Amino acid sequence: MIFEDSNTLLEARGLRATVAGIEILKGIDLVVKSGEVHAIMGPNGSGKSTFAKMLAGHPAYQVTGGEVLFEGKNLLELAPEARARAGVFLGFQYPVEIPGVANSQFLRLAYNTLQSERGRDELDPLEFDDFVREKMKLLEMNPDFLDRSVNEGFSGGEKKRNEILQMALLTPKLAILDETDSGLDIDALRVVAGGVNRLSGKDNAIVLVTHYQRLLNYIEPDYVHVMEGGRLIKTGGKDLALELEARGYDWVSEEAGVAPAANGAAAAQAANATKAAKVKAARVAKGGASA
Amino acid sequence: MSTVLQNLVNQPYQHGFVSDIESDVAPIGLSEDTIRLISAKKSEPEWLLEFRLKAYRQWLAMEEPNWPNVKYPKIDFQSISYYSAPKPRNTLASMDEVDPELLRTFEKLGVPMNERAKLAGVAVDVIFDSVSVATTYKAKLAEVGIIFCSISEAVHNHPALVRQYMGSVVPVGDNYYAALNSAVFTDGSFCFIPKGVKCPMDLSTYFRINTENSGQFERTLIVAEEGASVSYLEGCTAPKFDTNQLHAAVVELVALDDADIKYSTVQNWYAGDENGKGGIYNFVTKRGLCKGVNSRISWTQVETGSAITWKYPSCVLRGDGSVGEFYSVALTNHHQQADTGTKMIHIGRNTRSTIVSKGISAGQSNNSYRGLVRIAPTAAGARNHSQCDSMLIGDRCGANTFPYIQVNNPGAQVEHEASTSKIGEDQLFYFAQRGIGAEEAVSMIINGFCKDVFQQLPMEFAVEATKLLGLKLEGSVG
Repeated sequence: MIFEDSNTLLEARGLRATVAGIEILKGIDLVVKSGEVHAIMGPNGSGKSTFAKMLAGHPAYQVTGGEVLFEGKNLLELAPEARARAGVFLGFQYPVEIPGVANSQFLRLAYNTLQSERGRDELDPLEFDDFVREKMKLLEMNPDFLDRSVNEGFSGGEKKRNEILQMALLTPKLAILDETDSGLDIDALRVVAGGVNRLSGKDNAIVLVTHYQRLLNYIEPDYVHVMEGGRLIKTGGKDLALELEARGYDWVSEEAGVAPAANGAAAAQAANATKAAKVKAARVAKGGASA
Repeated sequence: MSTVLQNLVNQPYQHGFVSDIESDVAPIGLSEDTIRLISAKKSEPEWLLEFRLKAYRQWLAMEEPNWPNVKYPKIDFQSISYYSAPKPRNTLASMDEVDPELLRTFEKLGVPMNERAKLAGVAVDVIFDSVSVATTYKAKLAEVGIIFCSISEAVHNHPALVRQYMGSVVPVGDNYYAALNSAVFTDGSFCFIPKGVKCPMDLSTYFRINTENSGQFERTLIVAEEGASVSYLEGCTAPKFDTNQLHAAVVELVALDDADIKYSTVQNWYAGDENGKGGIYNFVTKRGLCKGVNSRISWTQVETGSAITWKYPSCVLRGDGSVGEFYSVALTNHHQQADTGTKMIHIGRNTRSTIVSKGISAGQSNNSYRGLVRIAPTAAGARNHSQCDSMLIGDRCGANTFPYIQVNNPGAQVEHEASTSKIGEDQLFYFAQRGIGAEEAVSMIINGFCKDVFQQLPMEFAVEATKLLGLKLEGSVG
């Protein structure tokens, strides 16, 4: 479902970022509207996870250019917790373990923090317990998870379910799911994807970051973007994912004039079907230096 | 280390004020004359003076130990004043006679006294510099035969008991600092729970060092007779001075058959500034003797202050079936150093001990756990379980574990577990991504880490300890 312009949730314009002095993102342009599902695909090291974490405000990344608007406001000047409270959710590729902190306690604190931000009632431990158990049923999660320490000793699949559980509790406006499908067997993938689909609606948007087309069999995207060398070099519909699955990424790079599996050489903005801002020539010229 | 973490661990000390109370201070320096002066000022009996002199002579022949994993300039024992008492020193009949400035001091500290003590249901003995200034609830405790008073009073009113037990757990020549304490101790708390009596309330002592250049050398002696039980709380604070102050206390616990002593400490001595200047050297000998069968001694400590913490609250499990426990949280920040742990000496049959140690290091501090579990040949069926966990906050601090295990009975079971974890940027980011700020995140992680120890504290103390750890680690998040 595509809605009109006024529902623009996220708009990235010429976003550039470095980690430890190395430029990873080299000008990202992306518009995400309410009700949309976007998939960002691309080979390892293309900058997909960096982009996801950067939107959430990970301290390791330095923004060096461009801007990101969330509901028309400058997202980049908000602290990570403020972004979360504004409705940006990141499903982590590798959720960290937090020994000693009970999952139930963590989930309730996160939930109540958001409730209070939204001016709604907080839940006491008993009320929350009922509430969270209902959500867990949908993800076919064992209630034992509540008593265990956050992610500690969880299998890869359990960690991912726990991420989607948090998404279900926090009902974000924008959910960025970073390789939520990695490490999942087929059954788990079906459950997790089912959870995501239930949470997808006209008032929120989902950005899926993934290597494989597999996930997109379960969660149908409106747009598929290909990231390469720190840029989105091609955008298409869901069929693009199937084509990528069949043909790999190299042809896209070639088509876009970007050296495959390297930090690209030329401008690729033309391939981006979103309403990209004009990209400065300087950035284009700089492209191939680190290849 | 990230600025968030850095700000979190840079919280100023809250108890650093100096009370303007006139003190009666002994001349600086240590000699037999100093000891005679202390003894005379306190009108002590001859046997106690002999006890002190014997300790002093042994101390002279001893070397200052240098094995702990801490660094500090050599202490000049001749530059310390060994006696400092708030004036006037007449015996106080009621709390109304206590210097109001002193009461204000305790109010600032949040020490429950007077009505507040009654509301809190805690009997308090307050040691200010070296002298016990007030013991609340004495009369009520006396009804059930419990003696709770300053050790000076006990020397005069219950000399036989003091003489029988003082030095029986920590002999005068036990170690360098215990010998020094035995020579120059000025006051402390005495507590005696007679046979079969369960102490109806928690007993509490607050220690405060107020005078610069004075050492604090208090002595605590707790005796629980057959079937008796008591829960004892100890709190400590000190003003901020640029110089270091020595705190060398001795605590002795004696538990007879079926007796139960629980000793809890929340230590918040001044730790020095963020550059490591000033602070207390906390060199303390604490030991409990499970003398009787099925007796039990439990140490719980939350150590957050002191420039250097160097102590090993220990249990000597002599009675068959006796139980020793040690639950510890030691937090170090800035340039603080801690070398702390316990000793569990199993002598009796079927003795059991549990050690749970949680070390938290932040800033550039260094935190060591050192513990001894010794199973004597006589200790058939002895069991020990030790768990030592370290947590690092930031990347400039250190944590060490030095377990010593000596097993001389083949039937004994000894287990040791250890872990090290780190509060990393990724954990804080995970919390932040769920809308939870860094302060709340750190406090949640630390409380989770310390849960096993906090559960052992009496409730009000647990609340205080949680707040204290929060204060020590939280700050303006930038």
